Amino acid sequence: MTTDISHGLSATSASVSSKVNAGEITVSNVSKSYGAGLFTKEVIKDCSFTIECNKLTVMIGPSGCGKSTLIRLLAGFEKPTTGDIKLGGKPITGPGRDRLVVFQESALFPWMTTYENIMYGPRARGEDTQENRDQADYLLEKVGLTAFRKKYPPQLSGGMQRRAELARAMINNPEVMILDEPFRGLDCMSKELMWEYYAGLYEESRRTNFFVTTDIDEAIFLADRLLIMSNVPGQVRATIEVDLPRPRRLAFVFDSERANAVKMEALSLLHEEAMKSFTGGSKAAADFVEAYSRRSSKAEAG
Amino acid sequence: MKITGLRKTLFSRATLRAVIALSVFLVLWEIGSQSKQWLGFTVPWIGQVPAPTAVLKAWVELLSDPGYWQSWYMSTLRVLAGFFAAMLIGIPLGLFMAVNRTFNGLAFPSFEILRPIPPLAWVPASIIFWPTQELSIAFVTFLGAFFTVVINVLGGAKSIDVRFFQSAQSMGSSQWDVFRRVVLPATLPSIVVGSAVGMGITWEVVVAAEMISGGGGGGGSGGGLGFFIWNSYVGGSYEQIVVGMISIGIAGFACSELLRTLGGYFTPWLKKR
Repeated sequence: MTTDISHGLSATSASVSSKVNAGEITVSNVSKSYGAGLFTKEVIKDCSFTIECNKLTVMIGPSGCGKSTLIRLLAGFEKPTTGDIKLGGKPITGPGRDRLVVFQESALFPWMTTYENIMYGPRARGEDTQENRDQADYLLEKVGLTAFRKKYPPQLSGGMQRRAELARAMINNPEVMILDEPFRGLDCMSKELMWEYYAGLYEESRRTNFFVTTDIDEAIFLADRLLIMSNVPGQVRATIEVDLPRPRRLAFVFDSERANAVKMEALSLLHEEAMKSFTGGSKAAADFVEAYSRRSSKAEAG
Repeated sequence: MKITGLRKTLFSRATLRAVIALSVFLVLWEIGSQSKQWLGFTVPWIGQVPAPTAVLKAWVELLSDPGYWQSWYMSTLRVLAGFFAAMLIGIPLGLFMAVNRTFNGLAFPSFEILRPIPPLAWVPASIIFWPTQELSIAFVTFLGAFFTVVINVLGGAKSIDVRFFQSAQSMGSSQWDVFRRVVLPATLPSIVVGSAVGMGITWEVVVAAEMISGGGGGGGSGGGLGFFIWNSYVGGSYEQIVVGMISIGIAGFACSELLRTLGGYFTPWLKKR
């Protein structure tokens, strides 16, 4: 078994790579709380992990565990209450084009065509060059939207919008791409199609990607490294190295025994977390706990 | 392609319904007005209104009267002057209030106190304030559109999804770039709506202002459609009153339609899917 499953905090891996990598994000002892006085709610508490350079790191955790808050911190839209976040050794002070965020649901500009949307970044920086135009054409083809370059976002299907959004982010060559449940709300089939498109884009560029999701299959299909979050206040509880071969294709990933082993491991870790918060009185974890117990009783019966 | 498109519009079910509804309305109106002669009893209210045939006759006569066209011209001119002034001042003001919190804090309270004052309540003050009658009518017309335009632009610009700003920012947009390529286009639909509503109000206001102020300097011929109606009332020509009313209806409809078409041209992404 080459699947390395380490249950400890991934802060340990930060010390391993003490040399500074461009595009590597280190999150150390970050806490974030909202409100004041008695009404303070701590969403993230003492959270530490590393987003390794040129890898696709997927973070999975129950909904409402502070993932989106973490994304806003990484993007620089908000600042942590305590602790610090560094990109390539330098602290993050605000939004910047070295980190691009792809949001839940579409944030494409409805008043621009697909092509204009993709060219937004280059034009914003005054780089409307032939090279960038060619790159836009290439990306359009890569995400299968060449025929839709002159359409406006409302004229595209949900899946097309997400792909256009991926292309719009990729053209800016960010050091880090941050994706906040980018395929949420799509139906099952389109979602799987998105995974293949996205995996293809990633495998070609191999830039640092940070992908947040609640979907376990999505996480395993895409991830090089899988971070498992605890319930609120959010912390990274475990890291799993997912060493499935690339390129990843739907045709074989989910048939592989290793993928299943990783999935079971991840699920049992998530279950541990859910149990903890369930016994702690949280109703949010109840569904997961019940689903997990039904799944395992089915496995025993079969 | 264009011809078939036009034919489709002309012979569509919607057009057919519009024609039927208008015909039924005109026929009932005619019967109502004529009933005294045919059946010997008067339908209340409608019996006092001139019949459509009489109105049509008066209208045909007026078509060759330069005074009637002068009224059209005067009112249109006042509406356009007031409307464009409102757009010219209202759109930048609304946008500036939306993007600058300090300015919004300074301007919004006085704006909100002045806004509920009906434009017609401004008539006496503006007659005193402005040197010519023409200017005071144009000013009142301007007020009619101004507040609507500002409140629409302000509302539109303030309700822009924060994710648009965040993604523009993370793609390296400067402040000016965000304003030009995010705020402005995102507010355009509200500007179109605001101007269409504002245009409707300017027509309402100009007519009333003309009636109250006595129709500007030119007396009977320079008075505009509002004064035309008032003058017809004073002169006892009831057919002409109705002609004046319908003329205003047509003018307002044409202006709004023109704005809608123009607005559609500026906001192509809002077209049907």
